Parts: sequence; C-alpha cells; structure tokens
Amino acid sequence: MWCVNIVSSMSDLEHTGQRAINTVYAGLGRRYAAERRFRLYGMLAVLSGLAFLVVMFTSIISNGYSAFRQHYVQLTVEYDESRVDRNEPAASDFEGIVKSSMREMFPWMSGRSDKRKLYGLVSGDAAYAIRDRVGDNPSLIGSREALWVLLDDDADMFFKGYVTPVRRQLMSSGITLALEGEKAVLTGDEAAFEVIVTAVRDHLQAQLAVARKEFEDMGRLLEETEAGGDRDEVVRFKAKLESLRMQISGLQARISSTSLNEELGSGMPSFLINLDGVYIRINAITATGVSGVVFAEDVTGLPTIFDQWQLVTLEMPPADRRLSDKEIVVLLALQDRGQVESRFNSVFFTAGDSREPEQSGILGALKGSMYMLIVTLLLSFPIGVAAAVYLEEFAPQNQWTDFIEVNINNLAAVPSIVFGLLGLAVFINFFGLPRSAPLVGGLALTLMTLPTIIISGRAALKSIPPSIREAALGIGASRVQTVFYHVLPLALPGMLTGTIIGMAQALGESAPLLMIGMVAFVVDVPQGFTDPATVLPVQIYLWADSPERAFVERTSAAIMVLLGFLITMNALAVVLRKRFERRW
Amino acid sequence: MQSTTLIVVLLALSAAGFYMGRRKAFQVSGNDIRTLNSLPSYYGYYTAMWCGIPALIVFSLWSMLDGRAIMAMATSSIADSGVSAQEMSLVYSEVLRFVSGSTIGEPQPHIVEAVARYRELQDTSNAALIVIVLSIAIAGTAFALGKIRRDQRVRNSVEAGVMVFLIACSTIAIFTTIGIVLSVLFESIRFFQKVSFTDFIFGLEWSPQTAIRSDQVGSTGAFGAIPLFAGTLLISFIAMVVAAPIGLMSAIYLAEYASARLRSYAKPLLEILAGIPTVVYGFFAALVVAPFFRNTGGLIGLDVSSESALAAGLVMGIMVIPFISSLSDDVITAVPQALRDGALGLGATQSETIRRVVIPAALPGIVGGMLLAVSRAIGETMIVVMAAGLSANLTANPLEAVTTVTVQIVTLLVGDQEFDSAKTLAAFALGLMLFLSTLVLNVIALHVVRKYREQYE
Repeated sequence: MWCVNIVSSMSDLEHTGQRAINTVYAGLGRRYAAERRFRLYGMLAVLSGLAFLVVMFTSIISNGYSAFRQHYVQLTVEYDESRVDRNEPAASDFEGIVKSSMREMFPWMSGRSDKRKLYGLVSGDAAYAIRDRVGDNPSLIGSREALWVLLDDDADMFFKGYVTPVRRQLMSSGITLALEGEKAVLTGDEAAFEVIVTAVRDHLQAQLAVARKEFEDMGRLLEETEAGGDRDEVVRFKAKLESLRMQISGLQARISSTSLNEELGSGMPSFLINLDGVYIRINAITATGVSGVVFAEDVTGLPTIFDQWQLVTLEMPPADRRLSDKEIVVLLALQDRGQVESRFNSVFFTAGDSREPEQSGILGALKGSMYMLIVTLLLSFPIGVAAAVYLEEFAPQNQWTDFIEVNINNLAAVPSIVFGLLGLAVFINFFGLPRSAPLVGGLALTLMTLPTIIISGRAALKSIPPSIREAALGIGASRVQTVFYHVLPLALPGMLTGTIIGMAQALGESAPLLMIGMVAFVVDVPQGFTDPATVLPVQIYLWADSPERAFVERTSAAIMVLLGFLITMNALAVVLRKRFERRW
Repeated sequence: MQSTTLIVVLLALSAAGFYMGRRKAFQVSGNDIRTLNSLPSYYGYYTAMWCGIPALIVFSLWSMLDGRAIMAMATSSIADSGVSAQEMSLVYSEVLRFVSGSTIGEPQPHIVEAVARYRELQDTSNAALIVIVLSIAIAGTAFALGKIRRDQRVRNSVEAGVMVFLIACSTIAIFTTIGIVLSVLFESIRFFQKVSFTDFIFGLEWSPQTAIRSDQVGSTGAFGAIPLFAGTLLISFIAMVVAAPIGLMSAIYLAEYASARLRSYAKPLLEILAGIPTVVYGFFAALVVAPFFRNTGGLIGLDVSSESALAAGLVMGIMVIPFISSLSDDVITAVPQALRDGALGLGATQSETIRRVVIPAALPGIVGGMLLAVSRAIGETMIVVMAAGLSANLTANPLEAVTTVTVQIVTLLVGDQEFDSAKTLAAFALGLMLFLSTLVLNVIALHVVRKYREQYE
C-alpha cells in the first residue's frame, strides 16, 4: 500500500519537476534576449562615453590645428628719410611706410574706401616690425628691402580657406578681350562661359522657387481672407498676387531665353577671370560673352586673344563674407607673385593677449598660469602633506578629528566658484591684496586643491604597512622620527601623484579666478606674482567670447596647449605611480 | 619684492642658526655626542626655529595690518574734518589709486597731502619692519643658543613645534569652511537688509540691473531668485538624464562584463573626460553642440534658442559621466562576490544577478554617487556661463534659454563692483544659497556612501 503511495508521489514529483523545467525552458529565450539586451546597453553606454570624447577632440583639433601656422606677406619697404627720423627713429611714420608699399603694388586700389581696405589687409604689427628692424639696423635708413610681415587676420583666414571656398579652373577655349574704358568685354564660344551660365541659371531657378512658394502662400492667404470678408485686404492681396505672377513669368522667360542677358548680383558667387595675372571681375553676361571690371592699373600692353585662361570662382556670395572681391583679388595677386607665405605661428607662443587676433598669443596666460601654480604648489604641498600626516599618524580618534574629516570631505565637493567668492571677500576685500594677481589666484586655488592632496596623501600613508612603523619604534625612534624618517619617504611618491593631479585640477580651473578679477584684458606678459595676469583657461574663456573667426581657431589651439599640459601632468602622475608603486 | 628679499634673508639666517646651534651642541658636549640628550641636529633645528618662527609671525602680522594703519594715519586729518564713513572709503580708494600711480589727473589738495603722507609712512613702516624682524630673528637665535645645555631635551621641544605645525595645517580645512560661511554670510546679511528674504526666495522676477537715478524705469531692480533656481534645476536635470544611465550602465559593463584588457583601456579613457577643464566643455557646448541643436531644430520646424538649456545640460551631462561611472564602479566592485555566486548558483542569468542582486545591494552607494553628481552639476560654472543664457526666464522648456545661479554670480561680480549696491551683494546671497544646497547634498551623500562602505567592510 505505502509502496504504491511512494511510487505515485514520485511520479508526481517527476511530473512537477518536468513542469518546472518546461517553464524554465519556455522562459529561457526571453531571458537570454534580456541578457543580450542588457549587455548591449552596457556596451552602448561605454561607447557613447568614448564617442563624446572623440567628437570633442576632433572638433577642437580640426578647428585649432590651423592656428599653428600664420600667413606672412612680403612687402618692399622703403626706409625713406622723409618718413624715418634718423635722430629719433621711434617717432617715425612706420605705418606710412607700410601704406606706401601697398599702394605701390596695387595702384588701382585708388578710392578712399579701397585704400582703407588695402591697408587693412596687412596687420598693424607690420609697422612695429619695421620699427624694430630700423631700430636694430639704423644703417638701413635711405635704402629699400623686401621684408616679410604679418597679414591681417581676415586675410590669413582667406588663405586658410575659412572666408570662401575658391575654385580655380583652367580653361582652354579661346576668348577675345576688348576694352571699353574701365569695362572689359570678353567674347568666346558657348563652352568658354558655360560654368557662369549654369550658375546664373541656377541662381534664377532658386529665385523662381522662392517666388513660387510665396505665390502659393499668398493664394492660400487670399482664400482665407475672402472667406473672412475683409474687402481692403482682399484687394491688396490680389494686387500682390498679380505682381508675383508677373515676377514668375518674367523669371521663367529669363531662364528659358537662349540669349541670356543678366547682371550678376551680390547674392551670387563671384567669378574672376585671370588673364596672365590680370584679374577681371564679371559683372554681366550676354549671349556672346561676359563683361566686367579690370583690376589692374595698366592694361594697354595686354594681348587681345587668349587661348588659355583661368576661371576663379569664389563660391560664397560677397554679401555673406568678410572680404570683398577687390580685397580677394589683391590677395590672389600677391599669392600669384609668391609674396604670401605660410609659416609657423611663433607670435602665438611669444605674445600676450591682443584685440587683433594675428597679434595675440598665449605667453602672457602661460606665464600667469605658471606664477599661479608656483604659489599653489608651494602652499598646498607642504600644508597638504602636514595635514595628511597629522590626520593619519597622530590624530586621536575623537569628535574633533571627525569634524576635520567631514570638513575636508565636504570641501572637496564644494563648487569651485564658492572658493572664488571666498577669495574675493577675504583676500581682496579684507586683506587688500591686489586684484587680478596670480598670488591671489594661487591662494584661492590652494584652498581648493588642499582636500584633493590631503585625501590622496592619507591614502598613500594608509598603504604603508604598520610593520615599518613598529620596526622604527622598536629601535627607539620617537613617533615624529618614525613618521618623518621612515613612513613619509615611502609614502612620498603616492603623495606626489596626488599633488600632481591636484595641480592639474588647479591648472584647468577658471571659475574662481573670474571672481578675483583675472578676466581683465592684460596685454603685458606678467613679470611677477602681483602683476595683473590672466591664466590659460581664462584666456580661452575670453577668446571664446570674441566673434572673429581667427579667435575661434586660436581658442581651439590654446585648448590644445592646455590639454597638452594636463595630459603631460597626468601621464607624469601615472608614471610616478607605476615606477614607485610598492606592494607590501 | 622687498618682502621676498626679507623672507630669503630670514631663511638664510635660520640656516645659519641651524649650524650655530649644532656647533654649540658639539661644544657643550665636548665633542662626545653620546652625552647629549638629543642628536646634535636637533639643537640646530631648535635654534633655527627660534630664529625663524617668531620673526615670521611678526612679519606676517605686520604686513597684514600695516596697510590699514598707514591709511588711517595718513588720512586722519581728513577724517577729523568731519567726513562721513562712506566718503572716507572713497578717500581711501582715491589715495590708493594715486599711490599705485594708476590714475592720471590732478588730485585735490587734501588727497595730495594724504598721498604724500601715505608714501612717507609706508617708507617708515618698511624700514621699521626690516629692523624689527631682523632683530627678533637675531634675538631668538641668541636666546636659543644661550639655552643649549647638554641635558636639555631639545628633541621634545622640536617635536612639539612640529606637532603644532601639523595640527595647524590640518585645521586649515575648518578655517576654510568658516571663511566661506562668514564671507558669504556677511555680505548676504547686508543684502537681506536691502531686499527682503521672502522676496528673494519666492520672487518670480529677476532683473538685478538697478538704474542710476531713482526716477528711471526699473529703478529698484527685482531680486526674485525662483527663475534662477528653476533654470539651475532644469539644466542639472537634463545633465542627470544624460549622465545617470550612461554612467551607471558603463560602470556595470566595465565592472561585470568587460574583459580585464578592455577595462584597462576603457576606464582611463573615460576618466580623461573627468580631467578635461570645464572651460573646454563650455567652448565645445557653445561652438558645436548649441549650433547643432539650433540647426537640427530648424530642420524639423522647432524654434531652438542658440543658448538652449538642452545644449548646456547635455554637455554638462557628458562632464558628469565619468564622475558617476567611477563612483558606481567603486560601489559595484565592493559588493561581495558571494552575493553574485549565490544568485548565479540559483540559475539566474548574469543580467538578472546584476539587476536583482548587485544593484539593490549597491543602491545606497549608487544613490550617494548620484547625489554628489547632482551637487557638482548645480555648482558647475563655466559650461553654463559660456553656453546658457543671461536673462532670467521661468520656463520648463529645454529648448529655450535659461540662466542659472552660477551664471548670475559670475555676471554680477565680473567687472567693476561697488560693495554697497544690492546688485553686487546679490551675488553673495546666491553664493550662500549655492553653498548651502550643495552642502546639504554633499553631507547626505557622504553619509550614505560611508554607511554603505561600513556595511560590507
């Protein structure tokens, strides 16, 4: 009887077991899918973190690498005695020398505003360069020489390709040149000007599309207004609709016309024709050819038939760029003559800040950072090490010590800007230290980095095994001697690592420094701890606010320099850790 | 520069004191150092300390206080002529400007007189300082040398001095906290005398620009901080929406799934994000992310501000990712392996183990890490200064521009300040709010993390 019972309960058990396994199997697919999904999310999270890193670095490097080169222009400078005063060279008219040199090269830039544009292509630094040259070699006065000087930032941007894309095409279908006063008329077969014709037609098409869109919108608006019943509005809209209709049909006729006759407006790309170094800007196109303005002084010697010529397209319309066609022609002509050269941008590393991008550099900010870091290091390292030693080796376990620890941990998480407020209220307002000085910045950052150094210092001390201390105490050293002669030397590499990381943090910090006035525009390179200065991150902040394109690239370049320093410091910390790390 | 020279001279004197003290120790021991109480160099340290420390203390006190004293003495004749305290501070700053030579122009006669007196007193003070400090140093050395005996327990004295130094250094953290509290509190109290506390905390209007003349429009300025708090919270919220899942999931992946090799590459790379200065993030946000959002918004017909909260929040989120991931990584690896083994032994898949066992066990630590991250996002300055708006705008729409507490502190304090206007003082009141809120978050978070650590230790 009981045998049967057992058998039946066993089969029951088997049955339930089977059922359970079936349930597990049934859910297994879903669970494995969930597993794969979860894993995928994890991988995606890591990848997206890394992707952010890559995007950030590429965008900064692609924006900034070009700032390490700068374009120079070669001027023929005449140290004219009427301009350079032999007795007092500093008071001479060096700007006039630059201007006359530019005028000599491009006499056709003759109008008042044209001249201003022409002079604007050379940096204001050129006059200083000439002054220094004459100051060093007074014997040059009265002679001429070729001198390389800085180009203005807009011109530099043009050569770096940020102003407009430039397309140069060599054309080999012959054209004939006829001069009608200022105007040049070029005639040739259909193939010669096909590029321009296509561009004009495209432009008209675009205008047509806009007009059609406006026409449709207007029609819809009219229907709504008619339903509303406002008579005046209806009349006005109808008139507008009619004029749009006219415009559309006009445009259609112009596009389909076989004998094109169009003016090239400033909303279109600019077309320049280069005939053996003489540039002609195209103003209008007709069925037989094009006409335009000659940008040259003397064209009487030019031949009238050209088998080969160059078509230069400035694809950004003049209305949307910072340089006009004339300025660009001057730059292209200089380039054709080999008078423009790209060199390593040494100004960037040897100058202080400036309102002119091409004259601005990071030396002032670097020196400010250096002075500030010296103050921070000299204060925070000894204080941090001492505090760590006390808390780890000597402090009794009581509430006072606990309170200090809570304070340190909390300070490590206080927003950095609060340290700026502290610096402003205490160091500047109360102690009356000078504003904008690296000394004050260093003091504020000392307080900010101390928790980092103390915490890492304590970790380093903690990793020293007690046997070292016991051995020292055992042979009769005092506790202070034990710590200073035995424990501290062993913990020092770890403490240095923490200090370097703290310094890297201080080097990259800017918010507290804004509070204590280190955002001032400082042209001079600081010479001491109390000179007004700015630091590298704040310089980046200041440049990032400037609208000029050249400052965007300089900002990115300054960031690259800053990141270079930070990476070096962190790598140093890693090497130090690897080199001196001891496992007990 | 003069004070630097003085300090160098003082250090040199101390070094000399060291050698004199040591030599004296050899002398008194009759060249048998076994008879000395302490090692000879301790006698040197003892002398050096007596030489340097009192002189340094006098020197630092003097240089801290002499400016005020000289100013009070130089302008005492002006003060006697019955000038109000407010005008006196103007006189002070005027005199200072002329002394430092940063002003061009003809000063008034009484200022000229004060400046002349100031310069004269400064010269006297500097000369007196040098004489006093050096004589203290020499007197200290002589005193110490005179005290050196064979059985004198100098090591104990030196070590006591060292301990005082160590304790003083460790209390700097406390003084810093006190300094922060006092500096923001005093100015905040002055601010709340001008603007009522409830107006500040509950006001919906923020426009700190006070007009110069009282009959101009907006003469009073409005100091309702609610839009700033809302903006700060909005941006921090966006940052946490980005950073919390990415940070947590990458910590889980790196701690539980990744091979040691992948971990050794991916972890430091992610930590690079933490080492990048915030000004770089700000530049990235303003140059790349904000225009990207505006353009994509334009493509799909949304009107996105070029200083949208979204851009600032996203970039701030990227900044916070490594913070969350490394804190979470620490707590996840601290969960005992036995818990995992138990769950896996019961047939749970790895993700089930993580979701049902590891994460709940690590939850307090993770929450603590998140709170620290929020506190960081709230206090973050450069990203929002460069990428968020300036005008206070009470909205929950992430596509609009909002401003934050830190942005306002920076805009109110950068540039020329007058420390009696509500506008400048408002920055300190905002600083107080910022400090208090981050303090509360930090204390809670640190407490939670600490409790959690103890649980598994």
